[in-house]
Amino acid sequence: MNKTGLLGALALCAFSILAHADEDSLRIGIEAAYPPFSYKTPEGDLGGFDYDIGNALCAEMKVKCQWVIQAFDGMIPSLKVHKIDAVLSSMSITDDRLKSVDFSKKYYHTPGKFAMKAGGVINDPLVDLKGRKVGVQRASTYDRFATEQLESAGVEVVRYASQNEAFLDLAAGRLDATLADIVNTDESFIKTPAGKGFALVGPDINDPKYFGRGAGIALRKGDSANATRLNAAIDALRANGKYQQIQAKYFAFDIYGE
Amino acid sequence: MILDYNLIWQNLPLYLGGALLTLKVLLISLALGLLLAIPLALLRVSRSPLLNAPAWLYTYVIRGTPMLVQLFLIYYGLAQFEAVRQSLLWPYLSSATFCACLAFAINTSAYSAELLAGSLKSTPGGEIEAARAMGMSRLTLYRRILLPSALRRALPQYSNEVLMMLQTTSLASIVTLVDITGAARTVSARFYLPFEAFITAGLIYLAMTFVLVRLFKLAERHWLAYLAPRKH
Repeated sequence: MNKTGLLGALALCAFSILAHADEDSLRIGIEAAYPPFSYKTPEGDLGGFDYDIGNALCAEMKVKCQWVIQAFDGMIPSLKVHKIDAVLSSMSITDDRLKSVDFSKKYYHTPGKFAMKAGGVINDPLVDLKGRKVGVQRASTYDRFATEQLESAGVEVVRYASQNEAFLDLAAGRLDATLADIVNTDESFIKTPAGKGFALVGPDINDPKYFGRGAGIALRKGDSANATRLNAAIDALRANGKYQQIQAKYFAFDIYGE
Repeated sequence: MILDYNLIWQNLPLYLGGALLTLKVLLISLALGLLLAIPLALLRVSRSPLLNAPAWLYTYVIRGTPMLVQLFLIYYGLAQFEAVRQSLLWPYLSSATFCACLAFAINTSAYSAELLAGSLKSTPGGEIEAARAMGMSRLTLYRRILLPSALRRALPQYSNEVLMMLQTTSLASIVTLVDITGAARTVSARFYLPFEAFITAGLIYLAMTFVLVRLFKLAERHWLAYLAPRKH
């Protein structure tokens, strides 16, 4: 590399550092491998619910979104060393994470849902599923809920190594119902040929004791400025209908929760 | 590292239920497997290719594919077909216990058949000649001489097969059955105690193996006494 090139590269670096220091831009980490929340389109562009919500939030706050694609397990470390300012990548608000980062309020909270033969009715799972077989993924939060709440009410809980095996057995008729995340159930079962004739049934299963507080935007500890304006922007999107507009692109149901 | 055995202790009923299920699946599949293995072994020693080839193909395919694959095919594979789900067999095939027993029985039948066939082939020629000289028909020869002798001499290898099957039954836990391994998986997932959970499972398998080995030793002493070195 000649000297001019080197100088140019240095100038570019300096410029990008300046750009990063720009007050009116927010560097947001996203995984881009968690459809339908975040993914890359065949053209290589970002897409998904997280991405659209993020852009809408930035528009609401009148700041520029800078998307940084990176692996999920590196998000919090990157946040801490100031490589990014926020993580908007379907990150659940958990006690463990709250020890090292702050969170905005939730921007979605998908509940668990039972899937069963279309036409089935569950008003109260503890009553209507008594003596029936319900499949869950072993060691999932749903397994924990089913073990502590359903099993003691006389529901027969069947545990599977993977959620897809539970769906297979539901389709085969070995199970009366499955209990899993609503988006997972909808995307990988109900919408597929195997899920024909099956439906999401019954109340939302979202006891915070088992299922946490939903997905939020992770911020550095003590970053109350961003927390305040992000929370306000989330409320604004909910109020002005933009949230519902974006949601309708991906889901047939409300994923915000109560 | 401190092992937390309180929770294991509290979940002992789960393990005991698992041990009973393991035993049940093991005994059913061994009994069915052996019943199937005897005719298969007779076919395998036949000189007629029409009889020999199908039995050879059967044992080749079963011994040539992993047990796990066979179990998946029987449990998840068959259930894919509407025709199977409408058939009279579905009440049985929809049960995980039945599918596991069936898969294990088929598997052990192939191995036992080969084992028995080997034992039949190595029958000392003198025994057969003596039987012929007595004027025994072929049927009588098989019934009185060949089969009893071959079954006895196959005992040591068969005890191996039984132990292998005991360990193989741990696969039952992947088709939702709560056998010993299934109990361990449940405990491990519920309390995040993988070490304690699986060590307990291992100890139960060891205890079962110990009993089985003793039983086969007794059986060998009884039925193979004539092959033991002379004591006087």
